[in-house]
Amino acid sequence: MNSRSLQTTIIFLVIGGILVLALGGFFGSASRQFSSVLVEVQTWFSSRFLGIQDFVTAPRDIVSLRNRNAELEAQVSQLQAQVIELQQRVNETEILAALVDFSRSNPESTYKAAAVIGRDPSPFLHYIIINRGSNDDIRRGMPVVTNQGLVGRVDAVIADAARVQLITDPASAVNVYLQNADTDAVLLGSVTGDVSLDMISQDTVVQPGDLILTSGLGGGYPTDLIIGQVVTVRTLEFELFQQGTVQPAVDFSRLEIVLVITNFRPVDITPLEPQTTP
Amino acid sequence: MRNIVAFPLLALAVILQSSVVSQMQLLSGYADLPLLMLAAWALQDRVKSGWHWAVIVCLMVGFVSNMPWPVLVLGYFAIVFIAQVLQRRVWQAPLLAMFSATFLGTLFMHLLSFAVLRLSGVPFSFDDVINLITLPSLLLNMLFAIPIYTLMRDLAHWVYPSEE
Repeated sequence: MNSRSLQTTIIFLVIGGILVLALGGFFGSASRQFSSVLVEVQTWFSSRFLGIQDFVTAPRDIVSLRNRNAELEAQVSQLQAQVIELQQRVNETEILAALVDFSRSNPESTYKAAAVIGRDPSPFLHYIIINRGSNDDIRRGMPVVTNQGLVGRVDAVIADAARVQLITDPASAVNVYLQNADTDAVLLGSVTGDVSLDMISQDTVVQPGDLILTSGLGGGYPTDLIIGQVVTVRTLEFELFQQGTVQPAVDFSRLEIVLVITNFRPVDITPLEPQTTP
Repeated sequence: MRNIVAFPLLALAVILQSSVVSQMQLLSGYADLPLLMLAAWALQDRVKSGWHWAVIVCLMVGFVSNMPWPVLVLGYFAIVFIAQVLQRRVWQAPLLAMFSATFLGTLFMHLLSFAVLRLSGVPFSFDDVINLITLPSLLLNMLFAIPIYTLMRDLAHWVYPSEE
Protein backbone atom coordinates (compact mmCIF):
# COMPACT_ATOMS: atom_id res chain seq x y z
CA MET A 1 0.00 0.00 0.00
CA ASN A 2 1.50 3.25 -1.06
CA SER A 3 1.28 6.48 0.83
CA ARG A 4 -1.44 7.96 -1.43
CA SER A 5 -3.91 5.09 -0.87
CA LEU A 6 -3.16 5.24 2.88
CA GLN A 7 -4.03 8.93 2.92
CA THR A 8 -7.33 8.30 1.07
CA THR A 9 -8.24 5.50 3.45
CA ILE A 10 -7.59 7.73 6.51
CA ILE A 11 -9.76 10.51 5.05
CA PHE A 12 -12.63 8.09 4.39
CA LEU A 13 -12.28 6.67 7.90
CA VAL A 14 -12.33 10.15 9.49
CA ILE A 15 -15.36 11.24 7.42
CA GLY A 16 -17.10 7.95 8.08
CA GLY A 17 -16.34 8.28 11.81
CA ILE A 18 -17.73 11.85 11.86
CA LEU A 19 -20.88 10.67 10.05
CA VAL A 20 -21.32 7.78 12.46
CA LEU A 21 -20.88 10.16 15.44
CA ALA A 22 -23.34 12.67 13.88
CA LEU A 23 -25.92 9.99 13.14
CA GLY A 24 -25.45 8.72 16.65
CA GLY A 25 -26.41 12.17 18.06
CA PHE A 26 -23.04 12.98 19.55
CA PHE A 27 -22.87 16.32 17.61
CA GLY A 28 -26.41 17.59 18.64
CA SER A 29 -25.39 20.69 20.62
CA ALA A 30 -22.65 21.57 18.16
CA SER A 31 -24.99 21.29 15.16
CA ARG A 32 -27.67 23.41 16.94
CA GLN A 33 -25.12 26.15 17.60
CA PHE A 34 -23.99 25.99 14.02
CA SER A 35 -27.49 26.04 12.54
CA SER A 36 -28.62 28.94 14.76
CA VAL A 37 -25.66 30.97 13.56
CA LEU A 38 -26.59 30.11 9.99
CA VAL A 39 -30.22 31.10 10.54
CA GLU A 40 -29.24 34.41 12.11
CA VAL A 41 -26.88 35.22 9.28
CA GLN A 42 -29.53 34.29 6.70
CA THR A 43 -32.15 36.35 8.53
CA TRP A 44 -29.85 39.37 8.57
CA PHE A 45 -29.19 39.06 4.84
CA SER A 46 -32.84 38.45 4.05
CA SER A 47 -34.12 41.43 6.06
CA ARG A 48 -31.56 43.74 4.48
CA PHE A 49 -32.47 42.50 1.06
CA LEU A 50 -36.19 43.03 1.67
CA GLY A 51 -35.46 46.52 2.99
CA ILE A 52 -33.49 47.39 -0.11
CA GLN A 53 -36.18 45.85 -2.32
CA ASP A 54 -38.87 47.94 -0.56
CA PHE A 55 -36.76 51.04 -0.97
CA VAL A 56 -36.32 50.41 -4.69
CA THR A 57 -39.94 49.47 -5.45
CA ALA A 58 -41.72 51.82 -2.96
CA PRO A 59 -42.38 54.85 -5.25
CA ARG A 60 -44.22 52.71 -7.75
CA ASP A 61 -46.36 51.21 -4.98
CA ILE A 62 -47.24 54.63 -3.53
CA VAL A 63 -48.47 55.85 -6.86
CA SER A 64 -50.56 52.73 -7.37
CA LEU A 65 -51.84 52.96 -3.78
CA ARG A 66 -52.80 56.57 -4.23
CA ASN A 67 -54.67 55.71 -7.39
CA ARG A 68 -56.39 52.86 -5.64
CA ASN A 69 -57.22 55.10 -2.70
CA ALA A 70 -58.74 57.69 -5.00
CA GLU A 71 -60.80 54.99 -6.72
CA LEU A 72 -62.03 53.69 -3.39
CA GLU A 73 -62.84 57.17 -2.12
CA ALA A 74 -64.85 57.85 -5.26
CA GLN A 75 -66.62 54.55 -4.77
CA VAL A 76 -67.36 55.37 -1.12
CA SER A 77 -68.80 58.78 -1.99
CA GLN A 78 -70.88 57.19 -4.75
CA LEU A 79 -72.18 54.60 -2.30
CA GLN A 80 -72.91 57.29 0.28
CA ALA A 81 -74.92 59.20 -2.32
CA GLN A 82 -76.78 55.99 -3.11
CA VAL A 83 -77.49 55.42 0.59
CA ILE A 84 -78.89 58.95 0.95
CA GLU A 85 -81.01 58.49 -2.16
CA LEU A 86 -82.29 55.16 -0.91
CA GLN A 87 -83.07 56.60 2.52
CA GLN A 88 -85.02 59.35 0.80
CA ARG A 89 -86.91 56.76 -1.21
CA VAL A 90 -87.64 54.78 1.93
CA ASN A 91 -89.04 57.94 3.55
CA GLU A 92 -91.15 58.67 0.48
CA THR A 93 -92.36 55.09 0.38
CA GLU A 94 -93.36 55.25 4.04
CA ILE A 95 -95.26 58.47 3.46
CA LEU A 96 -96.93 57.06 0.35
CA ALA A 97 -97.82 53.85 2.18
CA ALA A 98 -99.49 55.88 4.92
CA LEU A 99 -101.34 57.92 2.31
CA VAL A 100 -102.48 54.78 0.50
CA ASP A 101 -103.77 53.39 3.81
CA PHE A 102 -105.60 56.64 4.39
CA SER A 103 -107.18 56.64 0.93
CA ARG A 104 -108.23 52.99 1.34
CA SER A 105 -109.86 53.77 4.66
CA ASN A 106 -111.74 56.69 3.04
CA PRO A 107 -112.97 55.17 -0.21
CA GLU A 108 -115.74 57.76 -0.69
CA SER A 109 -113.18 60.29 -1.93
CA THR A 110 -110.79 60.09 -4.85
CA TYR A 111 -107.31 61.36 -4.28
CA LYS A 112 -104.39 62.57 -6.29
CA ALA A 113 -100.98 62.58 -4.64
CA ALA A 114 -98.76 65.61 -5.11
CA ALA A 115 -95.32 66.56 -3.87
CA VAL A 116 -94.74 69.84 -2.08
CA ILE A 117 -92.20 71.78 -4.15
CA GLY A 118 -92.24 75.20 -2.53
CA ARG A 119 -93.70 77.68 -0.12
CA ASP A 120 -94.85 81.26 -0.35
CA PRO A 121 -91.84 83.61 -0.38
CA SER A 122 -93.52 85.88 2.20
CA PRO A 123 -93.29 84.84 5.87
CA PHE A 124 -96.68 86.48 6.47
CA LEU A 125 -98.55 84.03 4.26
CA HIS A 126 -98.87 80.27 4.62
CA TYR A 127 -99.17 78.69 1.21
CA ILE A 128 -97.47 75.69 -0.35
CA ILE A 129 -96.87 74.91 -4.00
CA ILE A 130 -97.56 71.39 -5.26
CA ASN A 131 -96.45 69.73 -8.48
CA ARG A 132 -99.93 68.95 -9.81
CA GLY A 133 -102.04 71.36 -11.79
CA SER A 134 -104.91 71.61 -14.23
CA ASN A 135 -103.28 68.95 -16.44
CA ASP A 136 -103.97 66.53 -13.58
CA ASP A 137 -107.57 67.75 -13.13
CA ILE A 138 -106.74 69.81 -10.09
CA ARG A 139 -109.23 72.65 -9.68
CA ARG A 140 -109.46 75.67 -7.43
CA GLY A 141 -111.14 74.97 -4.10
CA MET A 142 -110.27 71.29 -3.88
CA PRO A 143 -109.36 70.22 -0.32
CA VAL A 144 -105.85 68.99 0.40
CA VAL A 145 -105.16 66.43 3.12
CA THR A 146 -102.56 64.04 4.44
CA ASN A 147 -103.11 60.81 6.32
CA GLN A 148 -102.93 62.93 9.50
CA GLY A 149 -105.63 65.42 8.61
CA LEU A 150 -106.66 68.55 6.74
CA VAL A 151 -103.90 70.64 5.17
CA GLY A 152 -105.83 73.33 3.27
CA ARG A 153 -107.36 73.89 -0.11
CA VAL A 154 -106.22 74.70 -3.61
CA ASP A 155 -106.11 78.46 -4.11
CA ALA A 156 -104.65 78.88 -7.60
CA VAL A 157 -103.87 76.47 -10.41
CA ILE A 158 -101.61 76.53 -13.45
CA ALA A 159 -100.94 73.71 -15.90
CA ASP A 160 -98.42 71.74 -13.87
CA ALA A 161 -98.58 73.25 -10.40
CA ALA A 162 -101.00 74.61 -7.87
CA ARG A 163 -100.85 76.86 -4.84
CA VAL A 164 -102.52 75.58 -1.69
CA GLN A 165 -103.72 77.82 1.12
CA LEU A 166 -102.90 76.14 4.42
CA ILE A 167 -105.37 76.26 7.29
CA THR A 168 -102.66 78.14 9.19
CA ASP A 169 -102.81 81.07 6.75
CA PRO A 170 -104.15 84.27 8.33
CA ALA A 171 -106.86 84.54 5.66
CA SER A 172 -108.07 80.97 6.24
CA ALA A 173 -111.33 80.26 8.06
CA VAL A 174 -112.70 76.72 8.32
CA ASN A 175 -116.06 75.74 9.73
CA VAL A 176 -115.38 72.98 12.22
CA TYR A 177 -117.23 70.65 14.50
CA LEU A 178 -116.06 69.82 18.02
CA GLN A 179 -116.87 66.15 18.34
CA ASN A 180 -117.01 65.75 22.11
CA ALA A 181 -118.69 69.06 22.81
CA ASP A 182 -121.10 68.50 19.90
CA THR A 183 -120.91 72.08 18.70
CA ASP A 184 -119.75 74.12 15.73
CA ALA A 185 -116.96 76.67 15.67
CA VAL A 186 -114.65 78.45 13.26
CA LEU A 187 -110.97 77.61 12.92
CA LEU A 188 -108.79 80.61 12.10
CA GLY A 189 -105.21 80.79 10.95
CA SER A 190 -102.75 83.45 11.97
CA VAL A 191 -99.71 85.30 10.72
CA THR A 192 -97.45 83.29 13.02
CA GLY A 193 -98.81 79.95 11.81
CA ASP A 194 -100.83 79.13 14.92
CA VAL A 195 -104.44 78.05 14.57
CA SER A 196 -107.20 79.00 16.95
CA LEU A 197 -110.87 78.38 17.50
CA ASP A 198 -113.47 81.10 17.61
CA MET A 199 -117.25 81.41 17.61
CA ILE A 200 -117.71 78.74 20.27
CA SER A 201 -121.00 79.34 22.00
CA GLN A 202 -120.67 80.54 25.61
CA ASP A 203 -123.00 77.85 26.95
CA THR A 204 -120.92 75.01 25.50
CA VAL A 205 -118.46 73.09 27.62
CA VAL A 206 -115.27 72.46 25.66
CA GLN A 207 -112.50 70.38 27.18
CA PRO A 208 -108.83 70.32 26.21
CA GLY A 209 -108.24 67.29 24.02
CA ASP A 210 -111.58 67.55 22.18
CA LEU A 211 -111.27 66.38 18.59
CA ILE A 212 -111.83 68.98 15.87
CA LEU A 213 -113.31 67.91 12.52
CA THR A 214 -114.52 69.82 9.50
CA SER A 215 -118.25 70.45 9.71
CA GLY A 216 -118.88 70.93 6.00
CA LEU A 217 -120.84 74.11 6.65
CA GLY A 218 -120.38 76.69 3.93
CA GLY A 219 -119.51 74.06 1.36
CA GLY A 220 -115.81 74.81 1.37
CA TYR A 221 -114.65 71.46 2.77
CA PRO A 222 -116.05 67.94 3.03
CA THR A 223 -117.27 66.81 6.42
CA ASP A 224 -115.36 64.87 9.08
CA LEU A 225 -111.80 65.62 8.04
CA ILE A 226 -109.57 65.60 11.11
CA ILE A 227 -107.97 68.93 11.97
CA GLY A 228 -106.54 68.55 15.44
CA GLN A 229 -107.28 68.82 19.13
CA VAL A 230 -108.27 71.62 21.47
CA VAL A 231 -105.38 72.65 23.70
CA THR A 232 -106.83 75.46 25.80
CA VAL A 233 -110.16 77.24 26.01
CA ARG A 234 -110.58 80.87 26.98
CA THR A 235 -113.92 81.93 28.37
CA LEU A 236 -114.56 85.57 29.19
CA GLU A 237 -117.99 86.56 30.41
CA PHE A 238 -118.05 89.90 28.61
CA GLU A 239 -117.34 88.32 25.21
CA LEU A 240 -119.95 86.79 22.94
CA PHE A 241 -118.01 83.61 22.19
CA GLN A 242 -115.34 81.39 23.69
CA GLN A 243 -111.98 81.05 22.00
CA GLY A 244 -109.51 78.23 22.03
CA THR A 245 -106.06 77.26 20.88
CA VAL A 246 -105.54 74.21 18.71
CA GLN A 247 -102.84 71.61 18.19
CA PRO A 248 -103.13 70.70 14.49
CA ALA A 249 -102.84 67.03 13.57
CA VAL A 250 -100.64 67.89 10.60
CA ASP A 251 -97.06 69.04 11.04
CA PHE A 252 -97.08 71.88 8.51
CA SER A 253 -93.32 72.36 8.65
CA ARG A 254 -92.69 68.84 7.35
CA LEU A 255 -95.14 68.55 4.47
CA GLU A 256 -93.62 66.50 1.66
CA ILE A 257 -96.44 64.68 -0.07
CA VAL A 258 -100.13 65.60 0.12
CA LEU A 259 -103.38 64.26 -1.29
CA VAL A 260 -105.78 66.42 -3.24
CA ILE A 261 -109.42 65.31 -2.98
CA THR A 262 -110.41 65.55 -6.62
CA ASN A 263 -114.06 64.52 -6.42
CA PHE A 264 -115.04 67.38 -4.12
CA ARG A 265 -116.38 70.55 -5.68
CA PRO A 266 -116.66 73.50 -3.28
CA VAL A 267 -119.99 75.29 -3.19
CA ASP A 268 -120.00 79.02 -3.63
CA ILE A 269 -122.69 80.32 -1.28
CA THR A 270 -121.89 83.98 -1.80
CA PRO A 271 -125.10 84.67 -3.79
CA LEU A 272 -127.12 83.18 -0.92
CA GLU A 273 -125.57 85.40 1.72
CA PRO A 274 -127.84 88.27 2.78
CA GLN A 275 -126.88 91.65 1.39
CA THR A 276 -125.99 94.26 3.95
CA THR A 277 -128.01 97.42 3.53
CA PRO A 278 -126.19 100.73 3.87
CA MET B 1 -78.65 92.95 -23.56
CA ARG B 2 -76.69 92.91 -20.30
CA ASN B 3 -79.93 92.78 -18.35
CA ILE B 4 -80.71 89.35 -19.78
CA VAL B 5 -78.65 87.85 -16.97
CA ALA B 6 -81.37 89.09 -14.60
CA PHE B 7 -83.93 86.57 -15.87
CA PRO B 8 -82.12 83.32 -15.06
CA LEU B 9 -80.52 84.76 -11.93
CA LEU B 10 -83.71 86.14 -10.43
CA ALA B 11 -85.67 83.06 -11.46
CA LEU B 12 -83.09 80.99 -9.60
CA ALA B 13 -83.36 83.35 -6.61
CA VAL B 14 -87.15 83.03 -6.50
CA ILE B 15 -86.94 79.24 -6.84
CA LEU B 16 -84.38 79.07 -4.03
CA GLN B 17 -86.49 81.42 -1.93
CA SER B 18 -89.59 79.29 -2.39
CA SER B 19 -88.00 75.87 -2.03
CA VAL B 20 -85.00 76.30 0.29
CA VAL B 21 -84.80 79.64 2.08
CA SER B 22 -88.44 79.52 3.17
CA GLN B 23 -87.68 76.23 4.93
CA MET B 24 -84.77 77.76 6.88
CA GLN B 25 -86.94 79.40 9.47
CA LEU B 26 -85.86 81.26 12.55
CA LEU B 27 -89.02 81.30 14.70
CA SER B 28 -91.55 82.25 12.00
CA GLY B 29 -89.27 84.47 9.94
CA TYR B 30 -86.95 83.78 7.06
CA ALA B 31 -84.61 85.63 4.77
CA ASP B 32 -85.73 87.34 1.56
CA LEU B 33 -83.26 86.38 -1.15
CA PRO B 34 -84.79 88.46 -4.01
CA LEU B 35 -84.81 91.53 -1.74
CA LEU B 36 -81.15 91.05 -0.85
CA MET B 37 -80.11 90.49 -4.45
CA LEU B 38 -82.04 93.54 -5.58
CA ALA B 39 -80.52 95.73 -2.88
CA ALA B 40 -76.99 94.45 -3.54
CA TRP B 41 -77.38 94.95 -7.30
CA ALA B 42 -78.77 98.46 -6.97
CA LEU B 43 -75.86 99.38 -4.68
CA GLN B 44 -73.23 98.65 -7.36
CA ASP B 45 -71.93 101.93 -8.77
CA ARG B 46 -71.65 100.61 -12.34
CA VAL B 47 -75.20 99.30 -12.38
CA LYS B 48 -77.94 101.44 -13.85
CA SER B 49 -80.54 98.72 -14.25
CA GLY B 50 -81.83 98.45 -10.69
CA TRP B 51 -85.34 99.49 -11.69
CA HIS B 52 -85.49 96.87 -14.44
CA TRP B 53 -84.46 94.23 -11.96
CA ALA B 54 -87.18 95.43 -9.59
CA VAL B 55 -89.79 94.93 -12.32
CA ILE B 56 -88.54 91.39 -12.99
CA VAL B 57 -88.49 90.55 -9.26
CA CYS B 58 -92.06 91.85 -8.89
CA LEU B 59 -93.24 89.71 -11.80
CA MET B 60 -91.52 86.56 -10.59
CA VAL B 61 -92.38 86.84 -6.90
CA GLY B 62 -95.93 87.87 -7.80
CA PHE B 63 -96.27 84.73 -9.86
CA VAL B 64 -95.35 82.52 -6.90
CA SER B 65 -96.69 84.46 -3.94
CA ASN B 66 -100.20 85.33 -2.93
CA MET B 67 -99.04 88.68 -1.60
CA PRO B 68 -101.00 91.51 -3.31
CA TRP B 69 -99.21 93.18 -6.21
CA PRO B 70 -99.12 96.67 -4.68
CA VAL B 71 -97.06 95.36 -1.76
CA LEU B 72 -94.50 93.79 -4.07
CA VAL B 73 -94.30 96.74 -6.45
CA LEU B 74 -94.04 99.35 -3.70
CA GLY B 75 -91.71 97.21 -1.61
CA TYR B 76 -89.19 96.23 -4.25
CA PHE B 77 -89.15 99.64 -5.94
CA ALA B 78 -88.63 101.25 -2.55
CA ILE B 79 -85.65 98.95 -1.96
CA VAL B 80 -84.03 100.07 -5.21
CA PHE B 81 -84.73 103.68 -4.29
CA ILE B 82 -83.24 103.24 -0.81
CA ALA B 83 -80.20 101.44 -2.21
CA GLN B 84 -79.54 104.14 -4.80
CA VAL B 85 -79.86 106.92 -2.25
CA LEU B 86 -77.49 105.11 0.09
CA GLN B 87 -75.08 104.33 -2.72
CA ARG B 88 -74.78 108.02 -3.49
CA ARG B 89 -74.35 109.05 0.14
CA VAL B 90 -72.25 106.28 1.71
CA TRP B 91 -70.38 105.11 -1.38
CA GLN B 92 -67.12 104.79 0.56
CA ALA B 93 -68.54 102.09 2.84
CA PRO B 94 -70.45 99.69 0.57
CA LEU B 95 -71.04 97.09 3.27
CA LEU B 96 -72.52 99.72 5.56
CA ALA B 97 -74.76 100.77 2.69
CA MET B 98 -75.76 97.13 2.13
CA PHE B 99 -76.63 96.65 5.79
CA SER B 100 -78.59 99.88 5.84
CA ALA B 101 -80.47 99.02 2.65
CA THR B 102 -81.25 95.55 3.98
CA PHE B 103 -82.43 96.91 7.31
CA LEU B 104 -84.60 99.66 5.86
CA GLY B 105 -85.87 97.53 2.98
CA THR B 106 -86.88 94.65 5.22
CA LEU B 107 -88.66 96.97 7.64
CA PHE B 108 -90.46 98.75 4.80
CA MET B 109 -91.52 95.48 3.19
CA HIS B 110 -92.85 94.15 6.48
CA LEU B 111 -94.59 97.44 7.21
CA LEU B 112 -96.39 97.18 3.89
CA SER B 113 -97.36 93.59 4.66
CA PHE B 114 -98.69 94.64 8.08
CA ALA B 115 -100.74 97.36 6.46
CA VAL B 116 -102.22 95.10 3.79
CA LEU B 117 -103.07 92.36 6.28
CA ARG B 118 -104.64 94.89 8.60
CA LEU B 119 -106.66 96.39 5.76
CA SER B 120 -107.83 92.95 4.68
CA GLY B 121 -109.17 92.37 8.18
CA VAL B 122 -106.66 89.80 9.42
CA PRO B 123 -106.35 90.04 13.21
CA PHE B 124 -102.83 89.74 14.57
CA SER B 125 -100.80 90.84 17.51
CA PHE B 126 -98.26 93.48 16.60
CA ASP B 127 -95.84 92.25 19.26
CA ASP B 128 -96.04 88.68 17.99
CA VAL B 129 -95.38 89.76 14.43
CA ILE B 130 -92.40 91.87 15.47
CA ASN B 131 -90.92 89.20 17.72
CA LEU B 132 -91.68 86.10 15.66
CA ILE B 133 -91.42 87.33 12.07
CA THR B 134 -89.84 90.74 11.58
CA LEU B 135 -86.86 90.55 13.95
CA PRO B 136 -85.84 86.99 12.94
CA SER B 137 -86.23 87.91 9.25
CA LEU B 138 -84.15 91.01 9.81
CA LEU B 139 -81.42 89.00 11.51
CA LEU B 140 -81.34 86.40 8.73
CA ASN B 141 -81.31 89.10 6.05
CA MET B 142 -78.36 90.75 7.79
CA LEU B 143 -76.53 87.42 7.93
CA PHE B 144 -77.07 86.78 4.23
CA ALA B 145 -76.29 90.39 3.26
CA ILE B 146 -72.50 90.05 3.11
CA PRO B 147 -72.25 86.94 0.89
CA ILE B 148 -75.01 88.21 -1.38
CA TYR B 149 -73.31 91.57 -1.69
CA THR B 150 -70.02 89.89 -2.59
CA LEU B 151 -71.68 87.73 -5.22
CA MET B 152 -73.53 90.64 -6.78
CA ARG B 153 -70.38 92.79 -6.80
CA ASP B 154 -68.55 90.06 -8.70
CA LEU B 155 -71.49 89.73 -11.06
CA ALA B 156 -71.53 93.49 -11.64
CA HIS B 157 -67.79 93.40 -12.47
CA TRP B 158 -68.48 90.58 -14.91
CA VAL B 159 -71.52 92.18 -16.55
CA TYR B 160 -70.06 95.70 -16.59
CA PRO B 161 -66.29 95.22 -17.00
CA SER B 162 -64.06 98.19 -16.27
CA GLU B 163 -63.24 100.25 -19.38
CA GLU B 164 -59.67 100.98 -18.23
